[in-house]
Amino acid sequence: MNTSWTRRLVLALAAPVSAFVFAFLLSSIVLILSSYNPIAAYSEMINNAVKLESIIDMLNEATPLYISGVAAAIGFRMNLFNIGVEGQYQLAAFAAAVIGAKVVLPNGLHMLFVMGVAMIVGGLYSGLAGLLKVTRGVNEVISTIMLNSVATLGIIAGLFPRFLEEKADGAVGLGTTPLAETAWIPNLNGVVQIFTRDIVKGRKLTGILVVAIVVGILYHLFINRSRLGFDVRATGMNPLAAKVGGVPSKKMILLAMGLSGVVAGLVGLPDLLSKSHSYDQGFTKLRGFAGIAVALLGRNHPGGMVGAALLFAFLNTSSGVLQISKTASSEIVTIMQGIILLAAVVAYQMVAQVRQREEIKAASEATGANA
Amino acid sequence: MKRSWRLLLSMLAAFALVAAACGGGSDDVSTDTTEAAADGEGEAMEDEAMTDEEMAAMEDEAMDDEAMDDEEMAAMEDEAMDDEAMATGDFNVGLTFDVGGRGDQSFNDSAAAGIDLAESQIGISSSEAEPNADGSNRAELLQLQADNSPLVIAVGFLFENDVKTVAGDNPDTNFAVIDSPMLDFDNGATPFADNIAGLTFAEHEGSFLVGAAAALKSETGKIGFIGGVSGFGLIEKFEAGYIAGAKAVNPDIEITSSYITEFPDFDGFFAPDRANEIASAMYEGGADIIYHAAGGSGGGLFEAAKSVSEASGSKVWAIGVDSDQYNTADDEVKEYILTSMLKRVDVAVFQIIHAQAAGEFAAGNTVYDLSVDGVGYSTTGGFVDDIVDQLEDFKAQIIAGDIVVPTEP
Repeated sequence: MNTSWTRRLVLALAAPVSAFVFAFLLSSIVLILSSYNPIAAYSEMINNAVKLESIIDMLNEATPLYISGVAAAIGFRMNLFNIGVEGQYQLAAFAAAVIGAKVVLPNGLHMLFVMGVAMIVGGLYSGLAGLLKVTRGVNEVISTIMLNSVATLGIIAGLFPRFLEEKADGAVGLGTTPLAETAWIPNLNGVVQIFTRDIVKGRKLTGILVVAIVVGILYHLFINRSRLGFDVRATGMNPLAAKVGGVPSKKMILLAMGLSGVVAGLVGLPDLLSKSHSYDQGFTKLRGFAGIAVALLGRNHPGGMVGAALLFAFLNTSSGVLQISKTASSEIVTIMQGIILLAAVVAYQMVAQVRQREEIKAASEATGANA
Repeated sequence: MKRSWRLLLSMLAAFALVAAACGGGSDDVSTDTTEAAADGEGEAMEDEAMTDEEMAAMEDEAMDDEAMDDEEMAAMEDEAMDDEAMATGDFNVGLTFDVGGRGDQSFNDSAAAGIDLAESQIGISSSEAEPNADGSNRAELLQLQADNSPLVIAVGFLFENDVKTVAGDNPDTNFAVIDSPMLDFDNGATPFADNIAGLTFAEHEGSFLVGAAAALKSETGKIGFIGGVSGFGLIEKFEAGYIAGAKAVNPDIEITSSYITEFPDFDGFFAPDRANEIASAMYEGGADIIYHAAGGSGGGLFEAAKSVSEASGSKVWAIGVDSDQYNTADDEVKEYILTSMLKRVDVAVFQIIHAQAAGEFAAGNTVYDLSVDGVGYSTTGGFVDDIVDQLEDFKAQIIAGDIVVPTEP
């Protein structure tokens, strides 16, 4: 009894630990090959990461990554590969920025309105891929990839010039008209400062963090505690069995794609509600693809993805200090992220194989003993 | 098993997309490359592909630059009528590039050259940084730089908003943004704050001179202009100056203009293949000189000039932009680069550091125009040696105010 429990623990930890060790070693080799000192680089990263201001940066970065990870995970759980979070969140943010700037609403309500627009647009746009799948049988990987281009190169590129901010001197701005202050989300500095010293140097912890936490809890409740979530998982594990068991597969596809897009719509909100308050040239892109990595690394698990998002955020925020301290170039961070992801996928696959072999062995022993 | 296979496959697909988005330089990858390319990732690819000769050429150019800068500095000191020696300082300068960073053989490298010169002449130290590929950490980088540096220089107008914010949080640090006036036009065009300077260039004046050179050299009476991205006001300045300069020489000259993309699609600065197509069509239409203001796309123009010249047997020319592209372009296309419109980002960077060292940092917009050699034309290659006198004459007239160069075509 006791040995099997420790055995399970070892197996559970084997994958992440071996992935981490492997990634650590390989990153060190890359650093040495690029004539940097790995120890200096790592200690610079850690020294930076323990500063209160860097923790705020990390949380701000992890927030949209986590939401994006959840968006991807909802699809993954049902074996649906929504590669389109990228296009969905950019389109949602663009629409929310344009529409949000045109309405006048009281404080708070305005913010919720902008969030609502983003969620609806994200949901409808990914629902389109779901619709194509159930009506025409179009593979969602293909359609969402293409819809990414339609959103960013087609719709946004085409409409953006029409909605640029007009300044007093007649020139146009670099982005859409900024949202009124009634739509801004309050920052959480006050909450953090109850426990810590004052946050200085202009760092503001985004209020979207609360949204991300709510999204994480709802995702957990939906997947693990609800009837629909069970159907989603069942369809993901064995579509045929689920269908025979009475799960309407078309409805489930539409639902999963739609929900994935609704969550994706929230990914661009830190830029809109707490950073630049408009969709502009500096709008943060590529978070949809980063979310896929977060979901893979976090195994689609609500808690696991928190770790994955924080890890990626830690690496992203280290890039600046590595460059400025001249301990490594910015590309090293991208390389590390790739190595970690690859190492994790390989490690999980290997552990899964070990586990499968053990199960087969255990089963044959059990049946052998009975015979 | 099927499930994990699909998982792995999807991961690979996702990875390929991210990799493609980060690559940006090659043109046959998925269309998702565009966003990253618009952020300037293409430059990094070009950098990796740089050959030894190019490296050597760059080093040459850096040396040329230093020589020129020495002269300019001497001239500056004379003009200032100040007997005191050049200001020195051992402070740190935080040079913050946009996505792409050092190695673009153009804009960013020019800024880096200014820093290198300031390190040797003024004695400053520097720290360089560029944002992550998704451009998410511009503000954080500026903040990190401000932690260590009394002067932070941001290369590119995309830093406008972040500099405004970060400068407010760091009143003791000075900030300078290249290519943005950093003036509050809603408030009577006053500086945003006492610690924010904008460094801009009179690109139309430099373009006027290369336009005049094109008209003087053209044998067909037809010339062309290729702009990278239209609609945000900057590249039109190049076009307007070029047209005015050409018409000042030959009022009847025929000028064809074409832009690769429209704002806010910034791909036009990273599309050498499309520049090549446009240039080839213009050359075939009878133009014999084409000027580009299209950043990284310019390489396509140079290639077109070479292939058209070789195919038709009569030489056609290209005009470079920003840096002296005779020095930075591939060896085999050099002889087709008539001249380049110089935008001396290095001068602007050096001078703002010098001002900081002398305790004379001034908020607001500084325009680097012909009178301070902030813009100009290159003579490397010797192709315009015969018309230098006429070009210098135009230059003197612009500086004197006798010719006012338009900023809109």
